[in-house]
Amino acid sequence: MTNHMNVEFEALPENEGFARVAAAAFVTYLNPTMEEISDIKTAVSEAVTNAVIHAYGEAGGRVVLRAFLEGTLLRLEVEDFGRGIEDVEKAMEPLFTTRPDLERSGMGFAFMEAFMDGLEVESVPGKGTKVTMEKKLGSTPWVEAEE
Amino acid sequence: MEDAYRIIDCYLMIRLPEEIDHASCTEISRRADHMLLDNRVSHVVFDFSDTRFMDSSGVGVLAGRYKKISCFGGKVYAIHADSRIRKILRMSGLEKIVEIMDQEGQDDKSYERGI
Repeated sequence: MTNHMNVEFEALPENEGFARVAAAAFVTYLNPTMEEISDIKTAVSEAVTNAVIHAYGEAGGRVVLRAFLEGTLLRLEVEDFGRGIEDVEKAMEPLFTTRPDLERSGMGFAFMEAFMDGLEVESVPGKGTKVTMEKKLGSTPWVEAEE
Repeated sequence: MEDAYRIIDCYLMIRLPEEIDHASCTEISRRADHMLLDNRVSHVVFDFSDTRFMDSSGVGVLAGRYKKISCFGGKVYAIHADSRIRKILRMSGLEKIVEIMDQEGQDDKSYERGI
C-alpha cells in the first residue's frame, strides 16, 4: 500500500521551512537516519525555494508538495503553476542562475540531484513546473551515516 | 542576548542563525554588508555554532561576501561547522575560497584574538 500526503501553500519564503519540516515529519515513522532527514530537508528546501523565487512575480501563487511512500521508497513532488522554465537542461547546470542579483548560487538542482536518488523536472512555459524526486530510505549504512 | 554581528580587530564575526535558507539569508547579507562598510573590517568569519540547516541560499551568502572582500585581500572563514554544513561547503566548491577551520580551531587561532 502507498502512504501519501499532500500540502498546498502560498509561494512565500516563510513557507520554505514549513515545507521541508513537513516532508521530514512524514517519513519519521520509518526511523530514518539523521543524514536521510537532512537530505530530504535540503532537497525540499531547494525545490520550494525555486518555486518561491522563480515561478511567480509579486502576485504570488500556490505551491503543492506531495509525498508518497511505498515501502521505504519515498517520492516527493513539488509543483507550481507559475511561469515555467524555458530550458530545463540549462537550468539544471550547476552554477547557472537567472537571479545573480539575488546572490542565488545556481546550486539548487545540483543539491537535489546529490541528496536524492532520482530527480526529474517537467516544465511547460507559462503553465508551471513539477519537480519529482525519489529516495530509497534505509540504504545508508549507520556507520557511514554517523560519520 | 549578545549581538550576532561583531567587529573584533579586523574581523567581522557573524554568528549565524539555526537555519540558513532563502527566508533568512536576505537579512544576513544585508546586515553583513552594512558592517563591511566599517573600514576596520578586512575579513569575515562565519560562525556556524548554532546552525543546523543550510541550503544553497547560504552558499550564495558566503560567496557573495567573498566577492565583496576578496578584491581587497580579505578572507572568509567558516568556524564550528558540523559535518552536514561541511558537506554543503565541500559540494558547492566553497571550500576552495573559504577557510574552513577545524572544530577545535587548531589550524589558526588568530580569528579569536580579543574574545
